[in-house]
Amino acid sequence: MEMVNIKINGMPFSVPNGLSILEAARYAGITIPTLCYMKEMNEIGACRMCMVEVKGARSLVAACVFPVNEGMEIQTNSERVRKARKTTLELILSTHNRKCLSCVRSTNCELQALCLEYGVDKPDRFDGATPDYAYDDSMIHMVRDNSKCVLCRRCVAACNNQSVSVIGANARGFDTHISSAFELNIDNFSCVGCGQCIVNCPTGALYEKDDTQKVLDAINDPEKFVVVQTAPAVRAALGEEFGYEIGTDVEGKMVASLRRLGFDKVFDTNFSADLTIMEESHELIERVKNGGTLPMITSCSPGWIKYCEHYYPDQLDHLSTCKSPQQMFGATVKTWYAKKMGIDPAKIVSVSVMPCTAKKFEIGRDDQNASGYADVDISITTRELARMIKGAGINFKLLPDEQFDNPLGEGTGAAVIFGATGGVMEAALRTAVKALTGEDPGDPNFTDVRGMDGVKEATYNVGGLEIKVCVASGTKNAKIVMDKVKSGECDYTFIEIMCCPGGCINGGGQPVVPASIKNFVDVKSLRAGALYRNDEARENRFSHDNSAVKRVYDEFFGEPGSHVAHEVLHTSYVKRGLYKD
Amino acid sequence: MLKKISKIPFKGTPEQEAQLKAVIEECKDDKSLLMHVMQQAQAIYGYLPIEVQKMIADGMDIPLEKVYGVSTFYAQFALSPKGEYNISVCLGTACYVKGAQSLIDKVTEILGIESGECTEDGKFSLEACRCIGACGLAPVLSINDEVYGKLTADQISGVLAKYQA
Repeated sequence: MEMVNIKINGMPFSVPNGLSILEAARYAGITIPTLCYMKEMNEIGACRMCMVEVKGARSLVAACVFPVNEGMEIQTNSERVRKARKTTLELILSTHNRKCLSCVRSTNCELQALCLEYGVDKPDRFDGATPDYAYDDSMIHMVRDNSKCVLCRRCVAACNNQSVSVIGANARGFDTHISSAFELNIDNFSCVGCGQCIVNCPTGALYEKDDTQKVLDAINDPEKFVVVQTAPAVRAALGEEFGYEIGTDVEGKMVASLRRLGFDKVFDTNFSADLTIMEESHELIERVKNGGTLPMITSCSPGWIKYCEHYYPDQLDHLSTCKSPQQMFGATVKTWYAKKMGIDPAKIVSVSVMPCTAKKFEIGRDDQNASGYADVDISITTRELARMIKGAGINFKLLPDEQFDNPLGEGTGAAVIFGATGGVMEAALRTAVKALTGEDPGDPNFTDVRGMDGVKEATYNVGGLEIKVCVASGTKNAKIVMDKVKSGECDYTFIEIMCCPGGCINGGGQPVVPASIKNFVDVKSLRAGALYRNDEARENRFSHDNSAVKRVYDEFFGEPGSHVAHEVLHTSYVKRGLYKD
Repeated sequence: MLKKISKIPFKGTPEQEAQLKAVIEECKDDKSLLMHVMQQAQAIYGYLPIEVQKMIADGMDIPLEKVYGVSTFYAQFALSPKGEYNISVCLGTACYVKGAQSLIDKVTEILGIESGECTEDGKFSLEACRCIGACGLAPVLSINDEVYGKLTADQISGVLAKYQA
């Protein structure tokens, strides 16, 4: 690697050539503030927060896009620089809705943090005209409030990065604003509900619709039996809201906090992830044997399903008809479990905690009400759960580690890795080996399908059957794979697709990590690591060995793919265009 | 200034559509030709309503929002049609200090359209323009190629009457 010698704040450093000043400053242990910069996603030098002094340059330069060169002398913290940054903040604030006290992002707002850091004591210094702010709550999962927008365009970059692009910067100059085409509400277009715009927003301009009050109302209603399920990825990120390091598994404390919030039963989506594997692997083997549509594609991710419906409406036959684990769980609770416990399903309120905003949309889909009532009534995000815990005065860090309730709290290692890209595939492979050879694989770790690459491929010979698999995460990568499926130029047997880059651990409902951390730390891998360690630590790592799942089949479904299983655990899809008519 | 989006129903003809499709067909393999296609579309339709932008977006395989973003960024693109008679009020410095804003306000009062809009019958459109080099006649407005100078707001209804018949 070619190195160049530079000086930062008078101190000499040797850094790789081609780095931006922002990256080079890391070598000097200096963080340069940013609002718009997202590594490899949004490198546009727009917000002017990262201005630094370069000796010989006429004006200050944007460190995020300005490359270092030999002999460069940089001042990152001079009086001139600090003054410029403070003025920039004051200008941003001049059109900013400064109701911070009630803002969902208060204490986790990048703008607020910078104002504190730069001592902005006159937020109204440049107050003047304010634009007509758009407020769009047309989608079931989120709110877009332009009065909190700083025009960093990170949401736009995130949406483009998902190959969806339903929001963008429109008009110019003072009128520039983020909106959808023709100023129509976003629900007129093909938003898939992934929430990647939300987790990339530095302020409170984008946030999920808060459903926590609905949950509290249900808990406070003595007539209701309130059960909660938690998705695998939640335990890998919830701790971040309470000061734990990224990648800490807080499963036990999460269970304890849910119990203290007053849920009647605290169950685990891991149970239905295992159930999904039983149904999905059966469906795959049936398709292979009977000449059904191949490749078969997973259906766990509601954002991916909606993407497929919008962008590949002619390819829906490839989707597994299995409901997602969230929905399978809800369906099982209100049918088998309700009957077993003698509870009227009408009195059950089925709550899910998900790393996902698209799940809020999924619960209202057609054909998701096996008992005659909605499989899942309320879906909240990891962030909303954290808010509930804080609001209830529960001291998370002091909680003991507790266990899920039985029987629907039982899950295997195969289930917990559903939260990372490749996890569903790996879990399915573990069970496919058993189904096709009669024996468990010697090594349950299928590492070829792990990792954060956008598209992964592998071929396995299982009991004489060649299985060619593909794993994609992020709908941009789904598009690459789906174009091949559509043209017939691939011969995959089975494909796993997750809507969010990296899978559910990086879902749109997860705690928001500021760009200052995300740009330099591989958050996705750290969170995924927590799930793989959770898997390793479990005695039982095969979905087909989940005793609760076996019991539900014995007592209710019969066997995978049975008539009852189809009624309760499978669903259907709809063709959608790019525009709502 | 924010562009006005026309609420007038789209009246595109099959001929216009065929013309636009031909342009798109020629350019669809090079996304950098988006602006060219939009210019051609505006030449065909006179403006770029959502129906036209959807054709461009789908044909060029570019998200509609991006097409819209370009159409709102550049002054050359219109989101409202021009009327049979386009009223253009000069807001250059001389005209402005001589009271051109009151001319615009009067037209708005009489026709019920603001700058950048078109009447529902498609007869009149109103826009503000930069200096047209007739400062000696300030304030001026032009209706298509006809220029009217040294106007007062009181005279506007008389001027418009010539076209309203």
